[in-house]
Amino acid sequence: MSLATFVQQLLTGVSLGGAYALIAIGYTMVYGILRLINFAHGDLFMMSGYFMIFAIASMPWFIAIPVAFAGTILLGMGIEKAAYRPLRKAPRMSVMISAIGVSYLLENLATYLFTAIPMAYPEIPGLKKILTFGPVTTSLVTILTPILTVVLTILLLQLINHTKIGMAMRAVSKDTEASRLMGIRVDSTISFTFFIGSLLAAVGALLYFTDRMTVYPYSGALPGLKCFVAAVLGGIGSIPGAVIGGFIIGISETFIVAFGYSTFSDAFTFVLLIIILLVRPTGLFGEAASDKV
Amino acid sequence: MEKTENLLEINNLVVRYGGIEAVRGISFGVPKGKIVTLIGSNGAGKSSTLRSVVGLVKPAAGSITFKGEDLLKLPTETIVTRGITMVPEGRRVFVNLTVAENLRMGAYMRKDSIDKDLERVYTLFPRLKERSWQPAGTLSGGEQQMLAIARALMSKPELVMMDEPSLGLAPIIVQEVFEIIREINREGTTILLIEQNANMALQTADCGYVMETGRITLSGTGRELAENEQVREAYLGKAKE
Repeated sequence: MSLATFVQQLLTGVSLGGAYALIAIGYTMVYGILRLINFAHGDLFMMSGYFMIFAIASMPWFIAIPVAFAGTILLGMGIEKAAYRPLRKAPRMSVMISAIGVSYLLENLATYLFTAIPMAYPEIPGLKKILTFGPVTTSLVTILTPILTVVLTILLLQLINHTKIGMAMRAVSKDTEASRLMGIRVDSTISFTFFIGSLLAAVGALLYFTDRMTVYPYSGALPGLKCFVAAVLGGIGSIPGAVIGGFIIGISETFIVAFGYSTFSDAFTFVLLIIILLVRPTGLFGEAASDKV
Repeated sequence: MEKTENLLEINNLVVRYGGIEAVRGISFGVPKGKIVTLIGSNGAGKSSTLRSVVGLVKPAAGSITFKGEDLLKLPTETIVTRGITMVPEGRRVFVNLTVAENLRMGAYMRKDSIDKDLERVYTLFPRLKERSWQPAGTLSGGEQQMLAIARALMSKPELVMMDEPSLGLAPIIVQEVFEIIREINREGTTILLIEQNANMALQTADCGYVMETGRITLSGTGRELAENEQVREAYLGKAKE
């Protein structure tokens, strides 16, 4: 493998990793606040792809993007309100089963409404622009994805660490009842978490599908699982962990494909999951439970 | 104790969990500016009573009013905006937040400036000021209790309810906690205190109630109860002479 090919593959891997990272943040944030693995998150990402296809078919792209983002956010928050909130006092397993149900519902709904035939993802003007650096050629979206991921992560960390709503989110994630005693509206705080997770999934979908060019009802299933693994790898609950996990999985997958083992690229992710769970279940940045009682 | 002066009024409160009646129709009032204590052994229904006031438990029957307003239909998040706060059992500070952040969370629903109140709690608890940047989880149990009380004060409450503030603390720290309670009360805040440490609670309180299996069995001033034979025998560990 020449240096140019290596750099080329690395760019592709970093870009894929960036999109994974944006989705993984959604898993990790929801887990942090609800202790729920939101299995519907990957399918929300898929729906976001469809929203963009239909939005851009009927309006200029600069309006279509915010419309598709808003659609994704409404759907994400709607899922929480309809499928998770009524189960707030139910055992955690019930909520998880509800999440799996929503996941299947979205996949089947998409198949019913849009058929299983892959639909072409629209080209956002400028995003596919080819850039050449000496022997390496790449597209704008490949460069833009990791940059946008890092910028959004920094903004998100600022929000969580330095604003009142961010503090409330951390408080609720630790102790819901004590939070209510402070006057924190727990449901609104959870809604806000889904708002952020859905927004990032929408950005991730835009970047991912621009690269992949088609959307079909199961587009979100495997990426969703991989991003869940990314979140576990980084230490579920940790935002920087999810981002780093996303990059690790994106880069590894790309190189495995580049070396000609594409058959194993998906298997690799799940072998990785098994290894983490065996060796270091708290992930790279996960905190061990050490609360003083 | 004139009825009109009561800040908090509880009438015929009944709390049930499944088929178990934890509180069986109790009535009492908390007069403005006083320290009232509810003592009794584990499972007597003290915590259930406090939790009903802040809406964490929905009573089966009875009424709870604060400054004349019915609290029963309000959610916890709203009740605490009315001037009631609770220091929960086991402190329940946010261990992942710094001391300063915990205090800001205590003032979460306030829109006005909190600088004065921060200064006030830092004067009351100088150790919290020294540790304001530490995560609350790194504090000792006593410091966490101080933080839980300080956090409650940040909402500028008229009534502070404390659920077993001395639980699990060393005797010297318990002394400190009770001094703080008296200090807060001197500054004009009404206190409803529930305790298994009946001795300290009765020394501190203006008046008290003894709860047994969901009922109030005795009431009186702190001194009267401390001298009561039954109370001495049951809760103060002093045998009849």
